[in-house]
Amino acid sequence: MKHARLLALLAGLALATGVHAGAADQVRATHAWIRVLPGALPAGGYVTLENHGDQPVALTGARSTAYAEVMLHHSSTEGGVSRMAMVDSLSIPAHGTAVLAPGGYHLMLMKPAAAVLPGHQVQLQLQFDDGSSLPVDFLARPANALGDEAPAPAHSGH
Amino acid sequence: MKSPRTRLAALLALLVAGVLLAGCHGATSLPFRLTDLTGHMPQLEFNLTSDENKPVSAADYRGKVVLLFFGYTHCPDVCPLTMAQLHVVMNKLGAQADGARILFVSVDPTRDTPAVLHGYVNAFDKRAVGLTGTPRAVEALVKRYRSAFTREPSGKDGNYEVSHSSAIYVFDRDGNPRVLYTPADKQDDLVHDLQLLLDQGEPT
Repeated sequence: MKHARLLALLAGLALATGVHAGAADQVRATHAWIRVLPGALPAGGYVTLENHGDQPVALTGARSTAYAEVMLHHSSTEGGVSRMAMVDSLSIPAHGTAVLAPGGYHLMLMKPAAAVLPGHQVQLQLQFDDGSSLPVDFLARPANALGDEAPAPAHSGH
Repeated sequence: MKSPRTRLAALLALLVAGVLLAGCHGATSLPFRLTDLTGHMPQLEFNLTSDENKPVSAADYRGKVVLLFFGYTHCPDVCPLTMAQLHVVMNKLGAQADGARILFVSVDPTRDTPAVLHGYVNAFDKRAVGLTGTPRAVEALVKRYRSAFTREPSGKDGNYEVSHSSAIYVFDRDGNPRVLYTPADKQDDLVHDLQLLLDQGEPT
């Protein structure tokens, strides 16, 4: 019965995390969209995050039932070479904004559970460093979409 | 009387001059806004497989202005952004765009089969062609234009990224390299330079 107790405990913890009011409450998400690529190719997720709180908040990633894997990534072009790197977190300053946009920070969405097509709404749970999460609906756009008003990519040190 | 050897040398010199002139014929100086590559790099040459699973070479694209771009389909951010921008450029060219082709060369031929590439390039622009081939054939083309790519170490799930040059090489209708477009350049400058090349008309 040890097993059942452990499960109950884990369920309780999961519940506590879900209910947790924290960073997620201070953050407003806009311009959330996904660039959909054909087949099961990984897609890029983009969103603008405004922190209305007095404390900085850090985005650590996202989860979704629509994709088996989601990673926070950063693209850079230095010395004429494009590369992509995983990042642990993206800080959103107090009363500031962080932009995930093409050519910079993005959520890499992998292994779709079912085909995501342009026009679909896909919900992602954005995860913050204090354990809170924010559900955001992302609009799936076609591969050759230029973006959602294409805000300038955030340039940061890493 | 000249010796046969002298005559042969003269003939060869004439031939060489002819070849040089022919080479210059398609590469008359144009007022480009982007970095001018004219005369600095070799003519377009490759033997690869198209997204329609057909063997193709550079000769198949003579008569077209070619935009050569190295990328891979498992790149969710920068490659689709570049392809989406090139689609905008093609649209700005209007009917003239039919004289141009975007050649998307995969630097990840292991995963990028012709079928994967076919769906990919057509999601961006109907004038885009996906090219793949043996790692050796791809590398030969990459090296020909002093470009580079590096496969990054695989993650725990076997997934991996490929770092690659972000530049786009533009060739005239005769396959001569003419300008280089980088993400730092203005999109309208690319449109301008492509118009110059497309105005040159079909090669004689």
